[in-house]
Amino acid sequence: MDTSIYWPTFLFWFFAAVCCMFAIGVVLATNIVRMAFYLVLSLAASSGLFFLAGADFVGAMQLMIYVGGTLVLLIFGVMLTSQAKFVSMKTSQFDWTLATLAGFCLLAVLISAALAIPEWKGLERAEAEALGIPQTATPLGMGLLGARVDAPTRSGYLLVFEIVSVHLLVVLVGAAYLARAKRKRSAAVG
Amino acid sequence: MGCGRQGFVRPSEAPRNAHVVAKYINQFTEQLLQALGMSVDPNSFAVSILGHVIAAMIHIFLLLNLVAVGALVFIWLERKISGRIQDRLGPTRVGGKFGWLQTLADGLKLITKEDLMPEGADPLLFRIAPYVSFCASLAAFIALPFAGQDMPFVAQHLNVGVFFILAVLGLEVFGVILAGYSSASKWALFGAMREAAQVVSYEVPLGLCAVVPVLLAGSMDLIFIGDCQTGWFTNWYVFHDPFTFIVFWIYFTCATASVNRAPFDLAEAESELVAGFHTEYSGLRWSFFFMAEYGSMLLVALLASILFLGGWNGPIPVARLIGLEEGGWLYATMWPGWGTYLACLLGAVNVIAKGCLGIIIMIWIRWTLPRLRIDQVMTTCLKYCVPIAATMFLGATTWQFVIPGRAFFGFLPASQTAFEVKENWSDLLALPRQATSSPEDAPTHDPTPNPQPPPAAETGPKQTHRPENSPQPLTRK
Repeated sequence: MDTSIYWPTFLFWFFAAVCCMFAIGVVLATNIVRMAFYLVLSLAASSGLFFLAGADFVGAMQLMIYVGGTLVLLIFGVMLTSQAKFVSMKTSQFDWTLATLAGFCLLAVLISAALAIPEWKGLERAEAEALGIPQTATPLGMGLLGARVDAPTRSGYLLVFEIVSVHLLVVLVGAAYLARAKRKRSAAVG
Repeated sequence: MGCGRQGFVRPSEAPRNAHVVAKYINQFTEQLLQALGMSVDPNSFAVSILGHVIAAMIHIFLLLNLVAVGALVFIWLERKISGRIQDRLGPTRVGGKFGWLQTLADGLKLITKEDLMPEGADPLLFRIAPYVSFCASLAAFIALPFAGQDMPFVAQHLNVGVFFILAVLGLEVFGVILAGYSSASKWALFGAMREAAQVVSYEVPLGLCAVVPVLLAGSMDLIFIGDCQTGWFTNWYVFHDPFTFIVFWIYFTCATASVNRAPFDLAEAESELVAGFHTEYSGLRWSFFFMAEYGSMLLVALLASILFLGGWNGPIPVARLIGLEEGGWLYATMWPGWGTYLACLLGAVNVIAKGCLGIIIMIWIRWTLPRLRIDQVMTTCLKYCVPIAATMFLGATTWQFVIPGRAFFGFLPASQTAFEVKENWSDLLALPRQATSSPEDAPTHDPTPNPQPPPAAETGPKQTHRPENSPQPLTRK
């Protein structure tokens, strides 16, 4: 009998458990900086799930944008604005009830959807082992440059990609414009 | 615009090194136990765990050693070099003539120090912060290769290696911020805020610089990038064109800034902030911050050597000249595989030597230049490094577009060996061109009704939930 450990399953449960545990930690913590810290760990564990699925690029993206960028800025903002009332937050009973209700409703919907779709059923172990882990960065990049590797006859996402890039550039220029130092002239007039 | 799409394909198990090592270990234990007269079921739970755990331990042990022993050596080196620059001797006594055991003595002293925590500190975050820094610094080494070609010395072969390393490197700041916040000290908080601002802004030019070799190689795979620079030093990307030459220096500046080395060490500026983010730390926790710092220094220096300085390809292709590569005379005298292994070992020595050279330059800079002010640091990044890096990026793109397939500032043709390098996914790459040229895919654009649906259009959507997993049916047509 084959009782050998199947590492992908083990690691999936491991990362999923870490992710969920610290997500609950975010909810239950009262100190806002600790909340941010737990959120970092939770997001890092979810990037571990991406790596496990062979989506190296998405996993690294998760690390760079969510864990690296957003949360550093978040903590930065928290440190600058942290007042006594945010350092230890008290949640009212009403908020707890409402949030629990909303959260569990969403969870119920997601779980039922996940179990209902036949394509999302797990594979048998032998079948999964035969698949091997794909390398996803190249098909992704090719798709963004207009060539779909998985479906050669379809067009890629070059236009969408360009629109998003230009949009991002506009946002960056706008941010730089808003954040620029005010001119002395207006100060003298005012 | 990549450096080549044809040639040999890597063995399929190469991307999953740890898995292969685990298999060998399992085979070995099986044979060992059989030799001892015990029969083992290879599929039993205990045996299957053993191989993978030992394989993981080997990788972790090697990387941890590199970072920890590296820190030990570099701290000693820093003290010696700074001593020479300041016209004194540096450590001379511990461990013999050059004081080479000085860091060990320092380490012993740090262990015996009391582990203090300020009264108002957040205990959990204060305790955990040094480890967060160190883990981030260590984790980036997972994707860093030390040799390429058929036998890459890498813990985990990622095809987005450059991106992964830059992403993980950015996480080191997180430990510093936690340390600064949880210390309940104004100095520490100021240091951490400076660090956050600095690292977040220096990630931009660093990324722009790292993109240039990626663009030249046509891949984010570090092994691929390194292999593209095979041959003489003229094939190194730093000498590829004038733009990459400048980009290298911008990269080095930004890398120095992103690991918080002087003249960019504003986070711990002792003349202004006592000691910055680690003011309240003592003993072993304090030393973890420094292990992390020296680890990241080594990391960015190694990354520079792979991206720009040819990685495991030395200035002179020694392995090829003495016939150590496949087909050479020395290779033929050895057991199969040993020649490749020795060549790769030579490559690893090359990478580490270049990394050490980078660190020595960083140390030299630290003891030569005065520390910048925080506004000067930001000006250097946003007003100089970013525009120069962006312009050089455009220049390198144009150069590659106008004069493709040349090396060494365009004077020499690119080496043929570089064209033979191939990633293992390139079967997928060849597909779109094949598909568009083959007549069977035409019907989607054909107005005349076709009774038989085109096979490619039929299989495409069906396979979407696991298309890349099975390249065989796609490539065989």
